[in-house]
Amino acid sequence: MKNTTLMFSVGLVTGFVLLHSTLNSLPATKTFSVLLGDVNKRRGVQPDLTGATVHSTWNVPHTVRILCWIVTAPKNLESRTRHVRETWAKHCFKTLYMSSAKSDFPTVGLNVSEGRDNLYWKTIRALQHIHQHHLDEVDWFLKADDDTYVIVENLNYVLSKHDPERPVYFGRRFAPFVSQGYMSGGAGYVLSKEALRRFIEGFTTGKCTHFSPIEDMALGKCMETMKVEAGDSRDVIGRQTFHPFPPENYVVPQLPRPQPWFLNYEYYKRVEGPGCCSDFAVSFHYITAVQMYVLEYLTYHLRPYGYKYRFNPEDKEGSGSTVKPLAALR
Amino acid sequence: MLSEGSSFMKGMVMGGLFCLLLSLLGTFSPISDSKTDSHHHHHVKAASKEELSRRFSDSQVQELNNQVQVYCVIMVQPKTLIYWATVIETWSKHCDKAEFYTSESSKALEAIDLKENDDWARLRKALKHAYENAGDMRWFFVAQPTTFAIIENLKYLILTKDPDEPFYLGKTMKSGELDYVAYDSGIVLSYEALKRLINVFQDESKCPEKGRALWKLSEDKQLAVCLKYTGVFAENGEDAHGKGLFNSRTVDSLIADSIKENPNDVVEGCCSDLAVTFSGMSPNQMHVMMFGVYRLRPYGHDFHDSLVFYPPEGSDND
Repeated sequence: MKNTTLMFSVGLVTGFVLLHSTLNSLPATKTFSVLLGDVNKRRGVQPDLTGATVHSTWNVPHTVRILCWIVTAPKNLESRTRHVRETWAKHCFKTLYMSSAKSDFPTVGLNVSEGRDNLYWKTIRALQHIHQHHLDEVDWFLKADDDTYVIVENLNYVLSKHDPERPVYFGRRFAPFVSQGYMSGGAGYVLSKEALRRFIEGFTTGKCTHFSPIEDMALGKCMETMKVEAGDSRDVIGRQTFHPFPPENYVVPQLPRPQPWFLNYEYYKRVEGPGCCSDFAVSFHYITAVQMYVLEYLTYHLRPYGYKYRFNPEDKEGSGSTVKPLAALR
Repeated sequence: MLSEGSSFMKGMVMGGLFCLLLSLLGTFSPISDSKTDSHHHHHVKAASKEELSRRFSDSQVQELNNQVQVYCVIMVQPKTLIYWATVIETWSKHCDKAEFYTSESSKALEAIDLKENDDWARLRKALKHAYENAGDMRWFFVAQPTTFAIIENLKYLILTKDPDEPFYLGKTMKSGELDYVAYDSGIVLSYEALKRLINVFQDESKCPEKGRALWKLSEDKQLAVCLKYTGVFAENGEDAHGKGLFNSRTVDSLIADSIKENPNDVVEGCCSDLAVTFSGMSPNQMHVMMFGVYRLRPYGHDFHDSLVFYPPEGSDND
């Protein structure tokens, strides 16, 4: 009699513990909500709302292969370059990080010390390295800083209209020092394959030299010497695509104000306010780590549902662009 | 031996049943509920594409598209003039009707002067005015000039909700037992909710014009109290993934947090693609948002949305 009671009690405890652990190993609330008909509806799994279709070849007539080379330094890898790698660099066909030292980031070691005076040496060595190892892998060569943010799809769109075998390069065109103008370093510039060949040739033949540490201007001078055209990167209604400052510096409407001549480096007429910048902007500069992700969010994620953008340059449906072209294009 | 074995089995069965019973009681018990899951507030989600096509024909969706009209009630003051001006120049252009209600008139900008310094009394007056001038509008969005709103995403959220039902949406917060919608991230009211609110305004015992407590309740909490009396409860606006659509902070601030919390997935872990509001942005940042939201995009990414919204006429920053 005592034994059966004991066995009963043991069974009670065993049964309880067994079922309890079984229930706990399952998603417990789900089990019972299924049984009870889900009285308190919790968040279910819903299909993705955004309904985005990303065309793998976009609408460009051919695939544009771009090598992105980012100028950085050992001290910036953690604070800046890491975030470049996490955001826009993923969209490049090929990415290289150029530094004074080789590392597991990975960075290419250029055998050039850091510092403002060596910036053009870094450019020269970087382009020589790229020419030696990667010339035939890609069509275009984009230079950017570790605080530049680039929208690679929009760069693709600009370049798709041009032939990489032609000697041309694009960026934010500045007027002084070089008669055909030169491209801002911070905003990023992109060389065609032929432009890169001619740059290398310039140094091999001595036609181009390290005559200044101001890398963007010096490169611009070499481009002119080697008869590489300084291209116009603006969109079809004349708005800029490459920007040497963050968007806040441009889009905020301003009262017309006088600009001292030496501050206005712009080759094309300077536009402030919303007409400054193309919908398909390519780059912004002086972008902090936080701002990289903010721009990523604004460009690729946040959107107004159902919105028909005003600017539709390739729109064949006939609704046309209701944005008027800028009047004075130089 | 056999009797012991059968006793054991009986015990097992009883034990199991007992466990089951306790667990069942657990799901109903209010005690365990408040321990395990403290959010009792309701969630409101936008209809998914599948749901839309299942419930409505194309022409019906088109009808809904055209019918969903938002009356923006923007509460301003001369001391926040620069924000007031920025809202006029930016997102409010996307409201079907944007009305600015001020505490006192300003020579610089036009608004409906309520001549009222008390925040709660002013909000009451503004809502009353909006209700009386609603015309065909059935949705009301109450904002401050420090809020940035994307009205298209608001319309998407409320598209299939019947405005003759009481809806009171936004970012829900909890104050003791009270669920309320935070003011700075925007308050959405359906016509029915507003109607009930206007009615209860007349009941001084339930919804006094001057707060009766020794300390003043903020207007957003006061609103929740009054609405609660009419049977209207705060609901959290969310996307399909459960991410809040109404934000009391800036994009920068939310991203900065996400960098710390989700270093490998910063943007995905941050904010919804279809966010409706952000708050606390500077006027310059609001101009950047206009560019970032209504213009900046990667060429070639197309969306096949169920709705169509056009840019406002005459806007140069979209």
